[in-house]
Amino acid sequence: MSPARGSTYDCIVVGGGHNGLVCATYLARGGRSVLLLEAAEQLGGAAVTREFAPGFSVSACAHLLHLMPAALRRELDLARHGLTLAGDDVPSTALDTDGRHLTFGPRDPGGLRARAQADADSYAAWQAQLQRLAGALHPVLSTTPPRLGNASWRDRATLLGLGLGVRRLGRRDMRELLRIGAMCVHDLLEEHFDLPLLKGALALDAVLGSNLGPRSPGTVMSLLYRAAATRGAEVLQQPRGGLGALSAALAGAARAAGVEIRTGAAVARISVREDRAAGVVLATGEEIAAGTVVSNADPKTTFLKLLGSEHLDAGFVRRVAQLRARGVAAKVHLALERLPEFPGLGAAALRGRLLVAPSSDYIERAYNHSKYGEFSTAPMLEVTVPSMADAGLAPPGAHVMSVIVQYAPHTITGGWDAQRERFTAAVIDTLAAYAPGLRASIRASELLTPADIEQQFRISGGHWHHAELALDQFFMVRPVAGAAQYHAPVRGVFLCGAGCHPGGGVMGLAGRNAARQVLREAA
Amino acid sequence: MGSKQHDAIVVGAGHNGLVAACYLARAGLKVLVLERNAYVGGAAVSRSLYEGFTYSNCSYVCSLLRTEIIRGLELPRHGLQIIPYEGGCTMMRTGEHLAIYDNHDAMRRELARHSRHDAEAYDRYVRDMLRHCRFIKPLLLREPPDPTSFKPRDIRELLFLGRHFGKLGEARMYDTLRFFTMSCADMLDEYFESEIVKAHLAGSSIIGTALGPRSPGSAYVLLHHYMGSIDGAVGAWGFARGGMGAVTQALAASLTASGGTIRASAPVAQILVRHGRATGVVLDSGEEISAPVVVSNLDVRRTFLETVAPEHLPGEFLEQVRRFKIRGSSGKLNIALDGLPQFPAIPQGSPSTRGDMHITDTLEMVERAYDDWKEGRWSRAPYVDMLIPTQIDPTMTPDGKHYMSVFVQYCPYQLAEGEWTPARRQAFGDTVIDAIARHSPNFKDLILHAEIRTPRDIENEVGLTEGNIFQGELTFDQLLFNRPIPGYAQYRAPLKGMYMCGSSTHPGGGVMGAPGANAANAILRDLGRLQ
Amino acid sequence: MLTESEPHYRQPLRKTPFHERARALSQLDSFIPWSGYTTVDVFTSVEQEYFAIRNAASLYDLTPMVKYRVAGPDALRFLNRLMTRDMRKLTPGKVAYTVWCNDEGHLIDDGTVFCLAPHEYRVCTAEWQLDWFRASAIGFDVELREITEEVAALAVQGPTSCRLLRLAGVAGIERLKPFEHGGFELAADPAAARAAVPIMVSRTGFTGDLGYELWMQPQDAEAVWDALMEVGRTRAVRPIGSRALNIARIEAGFILPKADFVSAEHTLYLGTERSPLELGLAWLVDFHKGHFTGRRALLEEQRRGPRRLLVGLDVEGTKPAHNALLYTERSGRREAGSVTSATWSPTCKRNLALALVDASCSATGSEVWADIYLNRELVWERRMVRARVVERPFFAPTRRRATPPADY
Repeated sequence: MSPARGSTYDCIVVGGGHNGLVCATYLARGGRSVLLLEAAEQLGGAAVTREFAPGFSVSACAHLLHLMPAALRRELDLARHGLTLAGDDVPSTALDTDGRHLTFGPRDPGGLRARAQADADSYAAWQAQLQRLAGALHPVLSTTPPRLGNASWRDRATLLGLGLGVRRLGRRDMRELLRIGAMCVHDLLEEHFDLPLLKGALALDAVLGSNLGPRSPGTVMSLLYRAAATRGAEVLQQPRGGLGALSAALAGAARAAGVEIRTGAAVARISVREDRAAGVVLATGEEIAAGTVVSNADPKTTFLKLLGSEHLDAGFVRRVAQLRARGVAAKVHLALERLPEFPGLGAAALRGRLLVAPSSDYIERAYNHSKYGEFSTAPMLEVTVPSMADAGLAPPGAHVMSVIVQYAPHTITGGWDAQRERFTAAVIDTLAAYAPGLRASIRASELLTPADIEQQFRISGGHWHHAELALDQFFMVRPVAGAAQYHAPVRGVFLCGAGCHPGGGVMGLAGRNAARQVLREAA
Repeated sequence: MGSKQHDAIVVGAGHNGLVAACYLARAGLKVLVLERNAYVGGAAVSRSLYEGFTYSNCSYVCSLLRTEIIRGLELPRHGLQIIPYEGGCTMMRTGEHLAIYDNHDAMRRELARHSRHDAEAYDRYVRDMLRHCRFIKPLLLREPPDPTSFKPRDIRELLFLGRHFGKLGEARMYDTLRFFTMSCADMLDEYFESEIVKAHLAGSSIIGTALGPRSPGSAYVLLHHYMGSIDGAVGAWGFARGGMGAVTQALAASLTASGGTIRASAPVAQILVRHGRATGVVLDSGEEISAPVVVSNLDVRRTFLETVAPEHLPGEFLEQVRRFKIRGSSGKLNIALDGLPQFPAIPQGSPSTRGDMHITDTLEMVERAYDDWKEGRWSRAPYVDMLIPTQIDPTMTPDGKHYMSVFVQYCPYQLAEGEWTPARRQAFGDTVIDAIARHSPNFKDLILHAEIRTPRDIENEVGLTEGNIFQGELTFDQLLFNRPIPGYAQYRAPLKGMYMCGSSTHPGGGVMGAPGANAANAILRDLGRLQ
Repeated sequence: MLTESEPHYRQPLRKTPFHERARALSQLDSFIPWSGYTTVDVFTSVEQEYFAIRNAASLYDLTPMVKYRVAGPDALRFLNRLMTRDMRKLTPGKVAYTVWCNDEGHLIDDGTVFCLAPHEYRVCTAEWQLDWFRASAIGFDVELREITEEVAALAVQGPTSCRLLRLAGVAGIERLKPFEHGGFELAADPAAARAAVPIMVSRTGFTGDLGYELWMQPQDAEAVWDALMEVGRTRAVRPIGSRALNIARIEAGFILPKADFVSAEHTLYLGTERSPLELGLAWLVDFHKGHFTGRRALLEEQRRGPRRLLVGLDVEGTKPAHNALLYTERSGRREAGSVTSATWSPTCKRNLALALVDASCSATGSEVWADIYLNRELVWERRMVRARVVERPFFAPTRRRATPPADY
């Protein structure tokens, strides 16, 4: 393949989110001339660091790095491209209203033993099992989902490999996987633990970013998926400079691989000629030719807006239109004049994440409201104070608090404009129950509802995973049947975003899988 | 009687126990069925509700009973008569209603009253339901394979499953994958726009479950509604003449005709185990009856936690039995009426009252009813499924009187506020009666007697643990090879000579009879009696 | 116009605006349901009615045809992506016969599309399509509305149909060419105290003969019927039922849903769907017009070659080969397909059938054997009868295309 000349490229990647950057890098390394187009001025999609109040910056959506597999990071050599960590292996703390907070990590039950002896034992067994199951599922994440009913040996081998991987777990674990795979996390936690605080904290990880509650079947699979990314050895990290720094490092890797990057270049549509990709047309009208177009945009945007129904079959379009992609995670950013004080909580814990999920039932109740277009005044929260480890994010002495809030329905009764203030107040009230002095120290705040995320980051429905990560939208049916192998029905058009297998979170595997698929198909 | 030799003892004369007994008896075994209550039938019985009133006290509709069983056990010859529903309806609080008609053109026009699009989408919906039914029907009367086993039979059955799935072709394979994992609400959204159409259809996805219409995995439960219709059997949904007891009476008659014996009022205290195998039972009275095969129709919790001494069972197995999910979620009211209640929303002369009548407004209302259950409350605005069988079978009540069966979803086994008391049970009943009275002005005046049953009452009378009508929740983790316990899904208990045949086993509850038939099959295979 | 007296749960089928007239003339009381309406199967005798189609003129109540209005700025783009034919060629005043498929390239239905104005079309089809059309409309600015009840339709078919319309005062009808439509007027008739009636007429039909289809407001239906029956009294005009029409449509080689194919939207079993290529409708599939639903699947099928094909058969003997299984040899060892529609053709005096056969026996001139069951006074006999694959249509008189039509 010849390198880029004039405005002709082998591949155009639409969207410079983390998956787009990863995909572009692998394509370039595979010998393709690659142009990456990003509509915003800043690269990174939803993985960006933004100033939300004078002197205060924060990761706009996800605020911790924990899903990106080590192998991928090594391959991309992100450290060389400037990624440094402000916080590494930070703990999680389940906040308790009575001040008996529970700090623990995946490999360390922490204060659990003091609180509940039996739970501490169960926790060790739980983690061990999770790790074994996650190990078996890990290869699945890097696999292009096979097409069913297809005679291709590759697909058959994939299915066989998956079956063998599960069998290798041994009879006991295999049975357990087949039993719990589609269960709800609430029931599973009931089987293992007594302490509501622990169950709440573990349930939180199963539903974070999902439009599901702990009692929704399939949430165990979300938990297993999360664990599978890192083979059950999850480490929570905070990049120095926020998640935007990760995107910068990814961009560095991309450029080093030869990717040409243009920001402020919004793609209006993917052009199709003779039923195959011909390039893209920018919002400015500029046309850029390429035989392969890879979209980092969500499936609905890619198919319904960039490609258009005209080039797709009606049944396929109906499936895309019915794809569930209603985000329920909101983000609240607080600019604080001083370090918030959580009675009973040490400074070390403040460097990690603080969880407001006192019980699984608490989360379920918060979820209940979102089903009816309401929000709960007792929301589930994942809180970080990134300025603890990374002073550059706030003016001296001041701090930034970053809060993921669930559940905030994408479409709310009365409209978000009318509800914004009340929503932010509910979040602050909830936090104030644990940090009484918090309210007085707030200098500024920012709320990003799913509707805001949709609008600002161009994600249909404002869903972090681009498409709900539920059983009926997993693996071979993700995002929809007919597009689960990263390619669109139109030849030369591919998807590489979180809407594809294995989904979102700052994981990067969708991007790498897509790139491999592009290179394989052209080969 | 103690001296009589038996080849097999069936503990519990519910419909599955009787079905299993019938097949065993027909294969030449001497079968004894032991029933705790003074009457047979378990939850499919007709009892006396009030002077002169006969009623189906639990199960109230005949729809799922497998045609193979009706034919094989000659139930019509033994007295079973099923009269098909003529219609049905869902009533909304607004006074609007959606009627269900047997005639396709009438149904279409009824749906078109609410949405012309939905009238058409309904055809696609029914088509897809029938496609899915055709997919799972062959799986019902099969023993689920153990996916972790390398036994030839298991591998053969797994390959059968794989091929059966493979035959669907690519597009339908994806549809099937999605259908069995998605929520009822999401699935209905893919077809319909009208709230009442969705609310009406969603009803059948939640009956007896611990799920709401928005819970993933609730869509496939809708199939129960269509399972009867694929055999080309007329009257798939219908009233059994004489109440649901007619089903078990016919089974009992069939059993007796094949030489089987039933003893009522013979509660089993323990299943006897010697050297790792079941050898018989001992009754509450102390009487011992021995047989080389013991089959339990009780739910898996009651079977292994109450009728087998724990020392005979593997600890891990017992652990799994303890965590078997069997939460009750349904209540029932049986009401003796002085006359026929009026439902002003239903047009005069429409057949809509001669079938199941529902009260629901929207999917949201059903989901909120579920939210109440999660919180340990009975639903403030419950989903109600009413039936007045005496419009079609007047023999059940004195002249001019009627009997109404009212199925209520949701009602918890355990209340958050404390134990069930008579006062709380009455309050639950009043909630339901008020809900019905909103649609029927003369309803309350007609009530002669109302029997109110919470899951606790169902447990006490019928013996279903926690009052779960399916002997165990029908969620993925308790289906197919996971039902009731992974590794023990093939009707065989961890004790030689002991079997399970209740709805706790595959394919689960409803008056279907498949678990009983499958269990009998497993026993006969083990005895080398199956050709 | 007819008002419905009974609610739908007592009387599920609707009555068309012609119902009262039809019932008065129906001697056999033989009605059948069609798309939610009750319509006449046979009025007097199938033979009488059939010969009216071929040798005089016939009236057939088409009202149950499901009709949709398709309008809006994207109407053309929508239709072009929906239909297998190139809809850009359809200009105002023109009608096109076309089919539409699902993603797998399986036939959903066939029908006619009328271009009324640049952004306004009417689609007429045998079965309801709103569900599929709505799915197909995602991403297009188009308005879809079913107008079945708003438009009464009457087919006037047969060699004297043009003459009949002219006698009824439909001026200029003789200039209407095949697959054209236009606005006309049934002239006022002071004798019958009738004002002029506006009608839309298309030169289309399901008989393969000279013929027209009249589209009117339901309240004008009886007046139009009366006028045509009146002027046709001396010209052997007859109302006809579906049975007679079915003979004519088989002679013309037209396919019928639920007879020759089952819509892919309705199939329950696997492998029972049919593609337009299999049904011999490849001429309706335009691979060069841009994308349409099913195109990729159909291209793939075209590349592979369809496995079976719908063909016309000339069967020996006189006994129609209804539902007959076909074999490659008389011995009946290897199946070759099955008959989908069969009739004795009173005009051609041939025993005709439409059949779906393996591609290997689909060439014109191929021979297959039909397994026919004969009922002779309740004694059943089985006959293996030779059948030859012949060109379709079986009967195609030149008069069907002549403009102006011959004046009978």
